Amino acid sequence: MSTVVLQHVAKRFGETAVVQDVSLEVADGELVALLGPSGSGKTTLLRLIAGFEQADGGSISFDGEDVTTRSALDRRCGMVFQHYALFPHLTVGENVAYGLGRERLDATAQQERVAEVLALVDLDGFETRAVTELSGGQQQRVALARALAPRPPVLLLDEPLSNLDPSLRERTRRELRDLVRRIGITTLLVTHEQEEAFDLADRVALLHLGKLEQVGTPEALYRTPATRFVAGFVGRTATLHGRVVGSADGHLEIDAAGIRWRATGPAETKGAVHLLVRPEGVWVDATGTLTGIVRSRRFAGATTVITLLLATGEELDVAVEASEVPIGAELRIRPSGIGAHAFPDRDG
Amino acid sequence: MSRRLAGWALLALLAWLVVEPLALVAIDAVRIDGVWTTQSIRAFFVERNEWRAAWNSLWLAVVSVVLGALIGVPLALATRLVDFPGRRLISALLALPAVLPPLVGVVAFLFLYGESGVIARAVMAVTGAETPPWRFEGAFAVVLIHATTMYVYSYLLVRAALASFDPALLEAATALGAGRWRAIRTIVLPLLRPAIGNGALLTALSSLASFSAPYVFGGGFRVLPTQVVTTRLNGDISVAMVETLALVALALVALLLASRLGGPGTRGAGKGLAPAPRGSSRRVRSVVGMLAWGATAWLLLPHLALLVVSFVPIGAWSNTALPSAWTVGNYVALVAQPARWRPFGTSLWMATLAAVVAAVVALSVAVAARDPRQRLSRTLEAALALPWAVPGTVYAIALATMFSRLQPSAGRFVLIGTLWLLPLAYLVRALPIVGRALVGAIRGLDPALDEAAASLGASRWRAFRTITLPLLGPALAGATALAFVTGLGDFMTSVILYTYDTRPVSLEILGAIRQGEIGVAAAYGVVLTAVSTLAFLYAERSRRLV
Repeated sequence: MSTVVLQHVAKRFGETAVVQDVSLEVADGELVALLGPSGSGKTTLLRLIAGFEQADGGSISFDGEDVTTRSALDRRCGMVFQHYALFPHLTVGENVAYGLGRERLDATAQQERVAEVLALVDLDGFETRAVTELSGGQQQRVALARALAPRPPVLLLDEPLSNLDPSLRERTRRELRDLVRRIGITTLLVTHEQEEAFDLADRVALLHLGKLEQVGTPEALYRTPATRFVAGFVGRTATLHGRVVGSADGHLEIDAAGIRWRATGPAETKGAVHLLVRPEGVWVDATGTLTGIVRSRRFAGATTVITLLLATGEELDVAVEASEVPIGAELRIRPSGIGAHAFPDRDG
Repeated sequence: MSRRLAGWALLALLAWLVVEPLALVAIDAVRIDGVWTTQSIRAFFVERNEWRAAWNSLWLAVVSVVLGALIGVPLALATRLVDFPGRRLISALLALPAVLPPLVGVVAFLFLYGESGVIARAVMAVTGAETPPWRFEGAFAVVLIHATTMYVYSYLLVRAALASFDPALLEAATALGAGRWRAIRTIVLPLLRPAIGNGALLTALSSLASFSAPYVFGGGFRVLPTQVVTTRLNGDISVAMVETLALVALALVALLLASRLGGPGTRGAGKGLAPAPRGSSRRVRSVVGMLAWGATAWLLLPHLALLVVSFVPIGAWSNTALPSAWTVGNYVALVAQPARWRPFGTSLWMATLAAVVAAVVALSVAVAARDPRQRLSRTLEAALALPWAVPGTVYAIALATMFSRLQPSAGRFVLIGTLWLLPLAYLVRALPIVGRALVGAIRGLDPALDEAAASLGASRWRAFRTITLPLLGPALAGATALAFVTGLGDFMTSVILYTYDTRPVSLEILGAIRQGEIGVAAAYGVVLTAVSTLAFLYAERSRRLV
């Protein structure tokens, strides 16, 4: 087991800076998700850690040992590729045994280790099966077993669930989480799905245009987003134009859409702001002072999310329990006191 | 229903053009003057010369396969996996021999390694010898030519397989602790097995069919294709037919062996990205780069010799390392003298006609054979591919046999001695080239496109004209260009079927050499090489557009 420390890591492809000044510490046994939209540099960052790409700047160390200039061959990270990269001409057993070099283990010990990791991923007795015969979920687990077999210091997962059916994805996610926790291996996971990152990871590193926007627990990212991008990427939000009119006990007082809001935000904020309001940030209330017209509604099980058109022309989402609100109806709402976050509006 | 009818009509056309001539050869082998007999077959098995020719063809094919793979596979790996300076240029240059006319290649060898070639003259100039230091002929010369031209099949197929190779497989091997050599040995080579097998098959078929090299350099070294022509010239038609069948049998054995070599495909589930060449140290890059450049120079050196010789005036070069005078007179002669220009014109119209008709037939077959699950489709495809597996010499003989008698009920007419037989032969040889490309291209099209066009109200004809045809356009144009150069430079069918008035350019090249006008022969060769190269580059570009 190891810690992974990145310091000011940078990578350019030609003119494009794909990773810029990323510093990140992953504790021993911790699972960190690298989350971001496509093109955010998350996969490149993972490949830099694995050694498939060489950093142009900064340093990478495993367990205090600098591995920046080492090749992928020397780093021996356990890697699960997005499309698994199982060797199609080898059996399940041969795939899993591939990383168990003869120099380190004799044939019997190899077989034992293969059986052991296959049991770990619930594929006992699959040694002689052809990998091409397996279902997507089984292939994913063989890829995981193959990565884990040589007991790597770090496990790297590149969008491990993106190739699975949605129905299978949730179950596999649970199994993956339990397995990684049980082994206690330091893990980095790349994903573009916020839900996946929040469900699996101890901490989430959110990347945007090659830069680290915020690192923190899922709760921290949701409740106190460091940037407007984080707030927009994590969960549903609507944006209102507002103005800071004061502050009280750590909250900002903001005027937006004609009413007064209590919002979290950077302490020194003054003047024009973007006010990000989550669906739980407003309640439907007959005594509310803000009115909006129902434009659309989306059934989401226990609640229905309604999009309201405000008098200012801005839109706002609100979660309600009853779904019997007709489109075009007028609703009265008021701020709930939570779920609103302000960022300085540099243009205003 | 009408579509099915068209399919059967096409099958009848192919049966007439491609299958019947071969069947007639088989019959002629066991029927002399209207009497069934095994006399010729017995003669074939008794005569030592016959056996020797068959044996020579066999071992020549095996040696060509082995040497071709030893040259082609490492070059494909080097140009795909290592990023050395000039990698792209080398990749393209190495593919060239695939389209250069075999006779031109052989002539180029003659000018480089032959007894009055560049190297022999250089040796004579250095040692002061009066006579050439060696005679470049026999089995060794043929093996050398085969190895240095037929590597291209292994090279092209392995290169194509590597292009669809999932690079994550190599990364996975690296992350699991496999070094470069272990990854190549345990992952890359096993996955390339089908490509290497197919390359071996193409090499074997080319070697069995090879005519120009043994014809020009063989000396006493006879192989089946040259033996067939000799026997036939001696008037022993029936034995020639048995030899032809023996050649077909060897080609079929090669096909059967190759089909056994199949294995799991190379396609991973990946994005189909070519492995980006990277991660090699500077030392590996420079060593591999030097080897690849060296190999390319060696492989293309004969063509450089061809270029040099084409600028030498007649009789101006005897025993110096380099010629003492230069001229463009050889090229001027090609254009200025009608007798020299005419063979070019003949080859041009024949190759053009053959390629265009082949394109039309192949396009119709591709449309009719689009669904690979239907038996009719598979039969059409097989008929189209037949001339690809059967040596060209065999087809020339078969067509000569078929069109030597008037028997309209069997579709037989007298074409021998007319100017129509040669374009017909080029057409038969061109069919598999265009056909394989088009069947592949049309099956690669999304059938939903046709359905979309139909749902938008397009008739079947309009959908074909506005959707299918434009999408097939690049493949059609590229394959037709390749079929054209095959006819333009053809020697092995021409030498059997030509008439003096309609002699094609390849025979004119040979004639010029025999009359000692090597400069003119070289100039013809350079022009053919240039046209073939242009057509090849055009085809490559078209292929990339698909």
